[in-house]
Amino acid sequence: MIEIKGIKKSFGKLEVLKGFDFSLSKGKITAILGPNGSGKTTFIKSILGLVIPDGGKILFDGKSVKKNWEYRRDIGYLPQIARFPENLKVYELIALIEDIRGEKGHSAELIDQFDLKGFLQKKLRQLSGGTRQKVNIVLTFMFDCPLYILDEPTSGLDPIALIRLKDLILDKKKGGKTFLLTTHIMSLVEEIADGLIFLLEGQVYFRGTHGEMLLSEKEENLERAIAKILEKEHVKNS
Amino acid sequence: MLKILKYSFFDLIRSRWSIIYFLFYFVSGMVLLYMSNDVSKAIVSLMNITFILTPLIGTIFGVMNFYNSREFVELLLAQPIPRNRIFLGMYLGIGLSLSLSLFAGMALPFIFYGIFISASIMSLVTLLLSGIFLTFIFTGISFYIALVNENKLKGFGMAILVWLFMSFIYDGLFLLSLLLLQDYPIEKFAIAISLLNPIDLSRILIMLKLDISALMGYTGAVFNKFFGNNSGMLISFLALTVWTIVPVFFILKKSSKKDF
Repeated sequence: MIEIKGIKKSFGKLEVLKGFDFSLSKGKITAILGPNGSGKTTFIKSILGLVIPDGGKILFDGKSVKKNWEYRRDIGYLPQIARFPENLKVYELIALIEDIRGEKGHSAELIDQFDLKGFLQKKLRQLSGGTRQKVNIVLTFMFDCPLYILDEPTSGLDPIALIRLKDLILDKKKGGKTFLLTTHIMSLVEEIADGLIFLLEGQVYFRGTHGEMLLSEKEENLERAIAKILEKEHVKNS
Repeated sequence: MLKILKYSFFDLIRSRWSIIYFLFYFVSGMVLLYMSNDVSKAIVSLMNITFILTPLIGTIFGVMNFYNSREFVELLLAQPIPRNRIFLGMYLGIGLSLSLSLFAGMALPFIFYGIFISASIMSLVTLLLSGIFLTFIFTGISFYIALVNENKLKGFGMAILVWLFMSFIYDGLFLLSLLLLQDYPIEKFAIAISLLNPIDLSRILIMLKLDISALMGYTGAVFNKFFGNNSGMLISFLALTVWTIVPVFFILKKSSKKDF
């Protein structure tokens, strides 16, 4: 589905992605882990074409994403910080995105699922962080896409919404959808991810399943395994 | 692109600033017309207001609108639409809504006054046309400046500086250079310099149309002498068109490379 070769990106002198390969398998949930500033969001934004890489190739279903935009119809993207035009009402925003994509979304079900009915007439600037994130989720999932890219999908969600989100993801996976997600919540990774890659300083430090990662670091949970990797790096660098 | 244009246009036209902008022109037009009772005089007075205000408003709206729509832009960039349509749509949306306020605010008083039976209708059309040109030109320039500068304060400052330069400083420097070079034949130099400032160009265009030699000023007179009234107007018109297209070209070029 996605094939990436030698992807490179720098912002000024800062090298964020240092040229690695990556491929995403269909019908699986893959998590991208890494400390803050390891290049997770830049990586995701490169796939979407929001960030333009300095080098390397990104292929979506065999076609280069460079100067291409049609492939984005096949991607549902949940951005990290839900930033919306503040003056719009929630229902107006939903209609706007439908209008721009030129297709009708299945928003009603999701609005029910995430208890957003009472907020439809409210302006986006009046919403709390968690509610915005729910709106964000509705906008992402209301279209039927083969691939969903979720950047920190759990941020600001309460436990109920979190459970609903997990169910939603697993349900879509059953329907054959592919997921690429970043998160700092390790329990989420342990629970739903089929595979993971660990980014460190713009390189892939580890790739495999979370069981393999525990084995290689000889730890009993992901959080500790990651802390161990980071400490090792810290000692190496100092 | 039309969908983005539509959103951007209606978002702005609903804002109270568009209404204030419209009312300002409407009231000024009414007062100037009914006080002077002379269409030509009213057009000249309105021109002096328009040539300061239109570029300023275009500049402010271009910068502010871009910075305020950053969220919207990021949302759009992840959708299946090409980048150039997003930015072109936004730019045209701002330009059109400002032009509409300008057009309605300025044309209505003249319509009430009975411009259709007056011979000056073409002068008004010329004024409206150059006002719309200036709106698009300065919206484009400031939109580009905002696109290049992540820092809002820097972008805003730069855009205002460009306006200040084109509106006031340029003329000062121009006059100074004419004074210093007065012993040389400088007509061609003067023409070249006027072509480089869209505000001067618009002024020349209207002066040539009104054919008031006393108000033409040096450049107007040079244009008149060199090209005659009609070709002079055609040349200023073409130069204004180039001035409108160039910022759009830079907007598209920059936006295709920018990271969000």
